[in-house]
Amino acid sequence: MAILEVQHVSKSFGHTEVLKDISFSLEKGKVLSLIGSSGSGKTTLLRCLNFLERPDGGVIRVNGETLFDAGDRATMQEKEIRRKRLHFGLVFQSFNLFPQYTALQNVMLAKELLEKEKPDYKVRKKEIHAQIEAEARTLLDQMGLSDRVDNYPHQLSGGQCQRVAIARALALKPDILCFDEPTSALDPELTGEVLKVIKGLADQETTMIIVTHEMAFARDVSSQVIFMDGGCIMEQGTPSEVFETPKEERTKQFLSRFTNR
Amino acid sequence: MTFAEQFPIVIQALNTGFLQTLKLFFVTLLGAIPLGLIISFGSMSRFKPLSYFTKIVVWIIRGTPLMIQLLIIYFMPGLMDNNIWGGGESGRFLAASIAFIFNYACYFSEIYRGGIQGVPKGQEEAGLVLGMTKSQIFFKVKLLQMVKRIVPPMSNEIITLVKDTSLSRIISLQEVIFAGQSFMKGNMGIAGVIWPLFFTAVYYLIFNGILTVLLGRLEKKLEYFR
Repeated sequence: MAILEVQHVSKSFGHTEVLKDISFSLEKGKVLSLIGSSGSGKTTLLRCLNFLERPDGGVIRVNGETLFDAGDRATMQEKEIRRKRLHFGLVFQSFNLFPQYTALQNVMLAKELLEKEKPDYKVRKKEIHAQIEAEARTLLDQMGLSDRVDNYPHQLSGGQCQRVAIARALALKPDILCFDEPTSALDPELTGEVLKVIKGLADQETTMIIVTHEMAFARDVSSQVIFMDGGCIMEQGTPSEVFETPKEERTKQFLSRFTNR
Repeated sequence: MTFAEQFPIVIQALNTGFLQTLKLFFVTLLGAIPLGLIISFGSMSRFKPLSYFTKIVVWIIRGTPLMIQLLIIYFMPGLMDNNIWGGGESGRFLAASIAFIFNYACYFSEIYRGGIQGVPKGQEEAGLVLGMTKSQIFFKVKLLQMVKRIVPPMSNEIITLVKDTSLSRIISLQEVIFAGQSFMKGNMGIAGVIWPLFFTAVYYLIFNGILTVLLGRLEKKLEYFR
């Protein structure tokens, strides 16, 4: 069964329709790339999945549980939304690390706040803290940042910041990790190190949705590609279907800009 | 009386006066710092009537002289045959405290508003997707970033407050200017002497010097992040 099912999702800002009847599904352990020109609705779609925007219509299901149903107001309760968000992780284009915390503290903060709400936190405080810290260190190590754990974000390069942000998202063990143009704020050299980390996650069968303009990377890493244009899904399929034998004229036109370089 | 004989007498009176100055200063800070936060939340409220009301109040308080506010708060009740302040120094202090706290809270609220709105939206969104509540985001993520932003403008206001306390002279609060002036009219056997009034400036100068150093240290302390 698909881990994520999105059905007929739509969203407007004022009179502008940014998402029109978006439907797709994603299997566990697979990687989905969302490609398309700026303003095609890719980022808005990710933001809807993470409850940063509320869709006007449609249904979102994870593991068979209906997280959002535009026809059912009960799925929109603020308290519930907080819990539902944890199914997803989101890595931002501009990192959004917390500047007053070190890399390690950035990774630990949210987990610690969640644990604090559990009834047995006070009794097992030290034990829980040690466990969260050990997990955070392992994650940062996995990101190749074991010598940077005590640095503040302003002391890190853009690529290092983005890797801390990935570790921070992974710390909550989301079912689906979303990336919103994770390398768009980075120069080509730093882009490479971040893409390598994402590729590593894909190899470990992390379920991911990646909004990206790195076409070669999308083709290499994903098992499924969606091309969006004007708020619609124009085409979806395997990387070879979309990149090599696109059916839609618009897809060919968009991809030609990348292959002709 | 020679200058050497006058000096200790004057200093003692000025010390007593400056104690009242300090009292007004600290009471104002203690009241205005939290009240300012409440007012800033009011002016940022999405409930329009509340935000308009708050903005109008802030406009009136910031748009009129503190001296007039002091006069109105202190004398109006008496003019309406309900002198709630009584005639003594404690009543004058209470009236002055209320005027100062309210006036400064309005200035602080605008500084806070700038500080809160200056924290990038991405910080809140990052907190939300990590499953934090709004209050966790405010206290654990945004507050310190906001404090860092507001320390320089707040330092300015705090230093201005030290000097503004002298406005309470208008309702005869016995602060340091009042004490200095008393030797012109005659006090403790000294009359027609003006130097004590000028000498009060030294008190303000020294105290503001200490504050500048302390606030500068706080600013340095927050330089560990950007």
